[in-house]
Amino acid sequence: MLRVDVSKQLGEFAIEASFASEGRVTGLFGASGSGKTSLVSMIAGLLRPDRGTIAIDGEILDDTAANVHVPSHRRRIGYVFQDARLFPHLDVRRNLDYGRRMNGLADDPAQRARVTDLLDIARLLDRRPGRLSGGERQRVALGRALLARPRLLLLDEPLGSLDEARKEEILPYLVRLRDEAGVPMVYVCHDPGEMRQLATHIVMLKRGHVTAFGGAEVLPAAVSPA
Amino acid sequence: MFDISPTEWTAIALSLRVASVATLVATPLGIAVAWLLARRDFWGKSVVDALIYLPLVLPPVVTGYLLLLTFGRRGLVGAWLADHLGIVFAFRWTGAALACGVMSFPLLVRPMRLSIEAVDRGLEQAAGTLGAAPWRVFLTITLPLALPGVLAGMVLGFAKAIGEFGATITFVSNIPGETQTISAAIYSLIQTPDGDAAALRMVVVSILIAMAALVASEWFARRANARLHGN
Repeated sequence: MLRVDVSKQLGEFAIEASFASEGRVTGLFGASGSGKTSLVSMIAGLLRPDRGTIAIDGEILDDTAANVHVPSHRRRIGYVFQDARLFPHLDVRRNLDYGRRMNGLADDPAQRARVTDLLDIARLLDRRPGRLSGGERQRVALGRALLARPRLLLLDEPLGSLDEARKEEILPYLVRLRDEAGVPMVYVCHDPGEMRQLATHIVMLKRGHVTAFGGAEVLPAAVSPA
Repeated sequence: MFDISPTEWTAIALSLRVASVATLVATPLGIAVAWLLARRDFWGKSVVDALIYLPLVLPPVVTGYLLLLTFGRRGLVGAWLADHLGIVFAFRWTGAALACGVMSFPLLVRPMRLSIEAVDRGLEQAAGTLGAAPWRVFLTITLPLALPGVLAGMVLGFAKAIGEFGATITFVSNIPGETQTISAAIYSLIQTPDGDAAALRMVVVSILIAMAALVASEWFARRANARLHGN
């Protein structure tokens, strides 16, 4: 259960968003500039709300009234960025292992094998990020976030920087992730088709405000993004 | 021509020791200052910034005299250090190292700061979401990625420390075997009748050291780059 009720002023732009979702995949849907990334950054703890609360499974992560702000490294919330952000000086194996080491988790070869199989990245383990394609990079970023054992996974337009063919390549992995990984996800994107395939609950955002919440029926019928 | 006398060897060894110690002590301090200036906003930041660059723009003799006033035997800090910790800088090689460290600090910090600023903050944020506390983000992401700049700063600082003259001679004088570095030795030799050949030898030695430092830095930078972006 993810509860968000925050406001944040970013220059001229104001975010006032409130929603609660129990879905396996909560879709944050809206045009670019609607505040999706800022909202996700607040959930991750990278951006501090001016006012409000963020809680996950009843645990308060932000509560401005009580001056509570759990820093991002203690939230156990995974974040897959649009630009992957793999560590360029570490090979894929050590990128994947980074979260486990930082969280002091025991080595779990079975879990690692499960994730590398799920994402089809086992043959990339010895490569550096510089030698990966965009799609491969994004899959490694997904694996890296999963292997840190997060209780929530934030996916901020993970397909945004990929061309159509690459998107088609990654989408099935995201569906598998949803059905097999057992980690609730927040999925940010502005493509209704992608949203339909993945999200179980949808939060519609417009200029920093939640305009609708529900199932796939709240999505616009048009295929092209608004 | 290339019979380097024992006194000259002493000056060369002393220069290398002074510059190495100055660089090794200044490096962790320099990394910390570079990180603070690159990544943190705090009250008085511009003052700290200016203070660090001051030795670059002040006449070296002024810096040397200020060091003498502060760290001399009767200086504010120098007297305390001598009485309580038994550390004496005045007219010792340690004083030469201190003068070289202070003089080379701006050159050492600058490349470090630039390279830390160039590290993508997005990578640091990603490391944070993966559970790394800020100090571990620094050690596992920022520092390794800034390594070429850190090494460049060390080499520049070392080269400056080897060549330092004005502040050193003002602060700790020109005592053979204790504070007479290559530069000070060349200065003395030039003023000695028939010292020309010896002075020239020392000049050649300092050119060789400078070139070795440059080659070493090039090699380190290339290796570090290959390690970071190599595939």
